[in-house]
Amino acid sequence: MQKITRDVLIEKAVSLLSDGTVSRVLGYKKGDLSYDITPALFTSKEQLEKEFVFNDFCAANFAKYLVKETKNQTEGKVLVFLKPCDTYSFNQLLTEHRFDREKVYAVGISCDGMIDINKIKAIVGDGIISVETDEKIKVNTLYDGVKELDKNDVLLERCANCKSKKHVAYDELLGEDGEVLDSNRFDQVAELEKMSADERFAFWQNELSRCIRCNACRDACPACTCEKCVFDNPNSGVENKSPANSFEEQMFHIIRAFHVAGRCTDCGECSRVCPQHIPLHLLNRKFIKDINEFYGDYQAGAIVGSRAPLVNYTKEDIEPIDAVNKGDK
Amino acid sequence: MRKCLLSNSDALFNEISKNAKLYIPVDLEKGRVAYKEYTEGLKMSDALKTDRSAKDFFFPQTETLMAFKTQGKNIEVIDNRAESEDFVVFGVRACDVKSLEVLDKVFLAEPVDSYYQNRREHGIIVSMACSRPSETCFCQTFGIDASSPQGDIACYKTNDAFYLEGLTEKGKALLEKLDGVTEECCSCEVEGEKAKIKEILDKLPLKDLKADAFGKDKTDEFFNRPEWKTLSESCLGCGTCTFVCPTCQCYDIKDFKTKTGVERFRCWDSCMYSDFTKMSAGQPRLSQLERFRQRFMHKLVYFPTNNDGMFSCVGCGRCVAKCPISMNIVKVMKTLGGKEND
Amino acid sequence: MTNIKEPLIPKVCVITDIRQDTPDVKTFRVLTLDGEKPFIHKPGQCAMLSMPGVGEALFSITSSPTNKEYVEFSIKKCGCVTSWLHAAEVGQQITVRGPYGNGFPVETEFKGQDMLFIAGGIGLAPVRSVINYVRDNRANYGKVDIVYGSRSKDDLVFFKEIIDEWKADSSINVHLTIDREQEGWDGHVGFVPTYVKELGFKPTKTAVLCGPPIMIKFTLQGLSELGFDKKQVFTTLELRMKCGIGKCGRCNVGSKYVCKDGPVFRMDQLDALPDEY
Repeated sequence: MQKITRDVLIEKAVSLLSDGTVSRVLGYKKGDLSYDITPALFTSKEQLEKEFVFNDFCAANFAKYLVKETKNQTEGKVLVFLKPCDTYSFNQLLTEHRFDREKVYAVGISCDGMIDINKIKAIVGDGIISVETDEKIKVNTLYDGVKELDKNDVLLERCANCKSKKHVAYDELLGEDGEVLDSNRFDQVAELEKMSADERFAFWQNELSRCIRCNACRDACPACTCEKCVFDNPNSGVENKSPANSFEEQMFHIIRAFHVAGRCTDCGECSRVCPQHIPLHLLNRKFIKDINEFYGDYQAGAIVGSRAPLVNYTKEDIEPIDAVNKGDK
Repeated sequence: MRKCLLSNSDALFNEISKNAKLYIPVDLEKGRVAYKEYTEGLKMSDALKTDRSAKDFFFPQTETLMAFKTQGKNIEVIDNRAESEDFVVFGVRACDVKSLEVLDKVFLAEPVDSYYQNRREHGIIVSMACSRPSETCFCQTFGIDASSPQGDIACYKTNDAFYLEGLTEKGKALLEKLDGVTEECCSCEVEGEKAKIKEILDKLPLKDLKADAFGKDKTDEFFNRPEWKTLSESCLGCGTCTFVCPTCQCYDIKDFKTKTGVERFRCWDSCMYSDFTKMSAGQPRLSQLERFRQRFMHKLVYFPTNNDGMFSCVGCGRCVAKCPISMNIVKVMKTLGGKEND
Repeated sequence: MTNIKEPLIPKVCVITDIRQDTPDVKTFRVLTLDGEKPFIHKPGQCAMLSMPGVGEALFSITSSPTNKEYVEFSIKKCGCVTSWLHAAEVGQQITVRGPYGNGFPVETEFKGQDMLFIAGGIGLAPVRSVINYVRDNRANYGKVDIVYGSRSKDDLVFFKEIIDEWKADSSINVHLTIDREQEGWDGHVGFVPTYVKELGFKPTKTAVLCGPPIMIKFTLQGLSELGFDKKQVFTTLELRMKCGIGKCGRCNVGSKYVCKDGPVFRMDQLDALPDEY
């Protein structure tokens, strides 16, 4: 299997730039540390060779950037690298007519999971000088020399519970395509379901009370592409930068979860970007799990143009009262 | 200088908390660190930084400013300000201590913000030298010495003891009350620790970052730089950097209808948000480029212009660690900061 | 603690008179509950008005400080707070804090100068404060010209005062204009910037300019063609503001805070600021 490395991606990008297939490349730009990688546009070989990076910290989902990037008047196509999970967001955005497919050249890249720097820090502490990511994760620290970690122990939550190694959209694929996985991603939701209502309330109270309303979850979410968010509109009556009381604090996340229900592909960006480490993906997964149980398995973004169960009436749909009763059990 | 053996730290904390609420940094689940009110037996975290800075104690994310009762055409204003209780924040790092000096420039300038002033007057800061700085730290860039923190009481932690040095009247007064749980010692006992910290500071990856190119009256030099476009192009427009920043202090004032009347509250706001400057008549900062630029121009140029060259960044590195796309003031300074930062 | 004055806590005042000036502009007279003026201000300053539960907003004070009886605000209906105010009745209490901002330099740079006031639409609101200040201290200023225009005759704010008082004052030249021909209007028709050029003022005057951004832009060009220096032209800015005291950060432009360092700027000072207003 072809290993996806920085060099492989640069070679591909340079060849697509030089033959005119694309005019620019949406890629990963290296930072000052091993893990502070920023999404950026590249337009030349020199720039790619100087600043492009690809490693296990390149977790950012680029699908949402295509909304802005295909709206501007730049000539030519934009090259985007898509990991398997990114392709679901890509398709879902296409389904919602959020970007112009004609202006995009999508290269699927295989992925064996991205790393969560916070998990590394929780193990080795502060003072990470560099991180080498190979079979083993080698962390060079200021205080304890080199520490070796097992990649499985420091995967991002979404990667530890990866739902699919299969690309559902691309113009070209680098590496091999994988399969949809039988993941354990609903296990924690099932545990929450087993709790009493009070326990569950306490769980979420504890988690959501840390929210600082930075809106990073919303702003990173590929399903949140409204031109004007209701929470940014001073005339909406619900616009708030921070909660006036704890009720509002909870409502923001619950409303958001409702709004993306049936459209959320479970890409996990919300939890990845949360500076307060709130497991927001669990809210979305609860909706996905319910939808699967009530209407049959449905994966948002798997097929372009698919109608989500919540917007597609069929005679076989579950009766509301049965859904309520199921939820009560 | 006074010292208290770590084995005796519970006694120290108990003694402090007799007269005032005491907050110490505590390890929570999944690597989270936050200030918690001290209760018997609570263990202090050794982590370098709390997730949120000490700013929250003086400028909380939300606070009620006043209340109103309305009846017919009449309005009653209810000034519900109350004298703050005395409190002690223990273990504030040098950068976060400095951030309060930055906030003072805003909130204590005429006309004084009495909400902030009230808490400043009643709060005592016990700082903490940074034995294990992080790779995201760059306080040296702004002339802050993590081996010699300021505050009301400076504290050093070695393998076996806390060393405490009163720096202000408030701090010295508190230290006197702690005579029973501390003992007099020579300040030379922390020299080794200080030297060790200095040595580490010299090894930090961001140690060479320089702010010299920025500062007062440099608006024209930086405002129209073309690099703002590439710097801001992947910015999501969220408020993470603003809200984890110990010096960001923009706020909004809003009314909230309760069952009995109206509460007017203040909450943090962010210049990164699209509605920050939006008004019925128009929007002076149309795209994320302008909003992004505003944040960094303010920290590196506008604030120094109004405050004798003081930058409104203390190099705590929270934005470096927390930005969803890893864009931060370090990258901005390296990109725009000229030769010194090449 | 509660003895410390808190700038954000307003005082309760009452609307004692409401005048419908144009279809979408009303002028509100405001006094304290004791019947006093809520504050002493300078021409060009602003104040925060609010209705609890609706919101707080900054408005320019349109009455002159020389008016010893009351203060007035002329308010165009355009947002949440303004719509609420337009629906309010006499006797309604509101909260007031201020005054804020620098105001026009009526006692320094304006003194002894020939004054040229140029305004468009609701832009006359802050300018009216200076005009009446100058009228009440007539000996301290030279010639006074006023150029004022709006979309139609019905949109001219303070029309009655302009006709009954300003026009009747022989020491003042008032030049009115409306954008388009209208029945019952025999005055000048045309946009303010063009009219200013037609009137051809000598560039020895000190100009006060206030109106929509597009009018300011073209009038400034016109004044420049007439030989005016930017140091002779003053204007007042409008930005979104919340605190009024230079702390909340909203009206920060360059190193200035419009609510505190403005809203009045001389054009050359404005040029030195980043173009974000």
